[in-house]
Amino acid sequence: MVGLVIVSHSENLAKSVVELTSMMAADAKIAPAGGLEDGGFGTSFERIQNAIEEVYSDDGVIVLMDLGSAVMTTEMVIEMMEDRKIAMADCPLVEGTVVASVDAVGGMGFEEIMADLEKVRDMRKL
Amino acid sequence: MVDGKKVIEVLRAIGVKIEEQKEYLTELDQPIGDSDHGINLARGFHAVGEKLPTVEDKDIGTILKTVGMALVSTVGGASGPLYGSAYMKMGMALAGKTELDMNDFLKGMDTAVEAVMQRGKAVAEEATMLDAMIPAVAAMKEAVAAGAEAKAVLDAGCKASWAGAEHTKDLVATKGRASYVGERGLGHQDPGATSFSYMLECVKDSL
Repeated sequence: MVGLVIVSHSENLAKSVVELTSMMAADAKIAPAGGLEDGGFGTSFERIQNAIEEVYSDDGVIVLMDLGSAVMTTEMVIEMMEDRKIAMADCPLVEGTVVASVDAVGGMGFEEIMADLEKVRDMRKL
Repeated sequence: MVDGKKVIEVLRAIGVKIEEQKEYLTELDQPIGDSDHGINLARGFHAVGEKLPTVEDKDIGTILKTVGMALVSTVGGASGPLYGSAYMKMGMALAGKTELDMNDFLKGMDTAVEAVMQRGKAVAEEATMLDAMIPAVAAMKEAVAAGAEAKAVLDAGCKASWAGAEHTKDLVATKGRASYVGERGLGHQDPGATSFSYMLECVKDSL
């Protein structure tokens, strides 16, 4: 199953987004990487790296991020794990996570889920 | 020529300077960002300080790469991947070197500017650290071309860097957290342009 990692400046936000997926995709392989080691706001290279390791398999890992340093720090982690199948999703965090977790549990592959997340980017609510 | 020992001395001086200016840098970040620039960078350079003894006998490229890695691992805000990439790429450009002359330093600075542009997907005039870095490097190259000696080159670089930081007050940020504040950010000096100017000052003061 494709693994998912949720990167946020806030430890609670990342955990809550993960928690939310249990509504529709309780069996998803998903790990939070929010906040700094001391619990403060920010993004931690090590937490992102560990979260990716935790859910990694040959099926790959898709990372969903909030903003700013979450994106740049994730980029750097992925550059250092260059031989792995890891991609960042360019879409809203909550919507993307719900879609990706349902897709992953439903058995969809890495590329298929990434294509679905492309659609999420332009999804309107109203 | 500058050797690895001197580079480590400069890096320690940068750590001291950032710690001294921590409150000021954070204050600059309050109206336009998330009020953490000084605190984050100070935490990063504290980690750098702890790593430096492990690379004392290494080449300058390795020293700078180690600094970059320590910053990206510990800073926690956007300046982590930005300065982290800058130091790491500078280290790669200077790999294997045990001494630097002015041309090496400027080559390294060019790489640092490229690294920040690439990582931040930013260009000049967007109210970022680049608005200090780009004019500083240009001024230093000009000074070298005019035959200036090292101290005068760095002096020109620092002047251009501070002028660039000052100029960010007139710019509307389109990248980073400050872009959310939009035109309300006018009149505020960019914290990243300011911290870069302090770093360059430490290089100057070491000569």
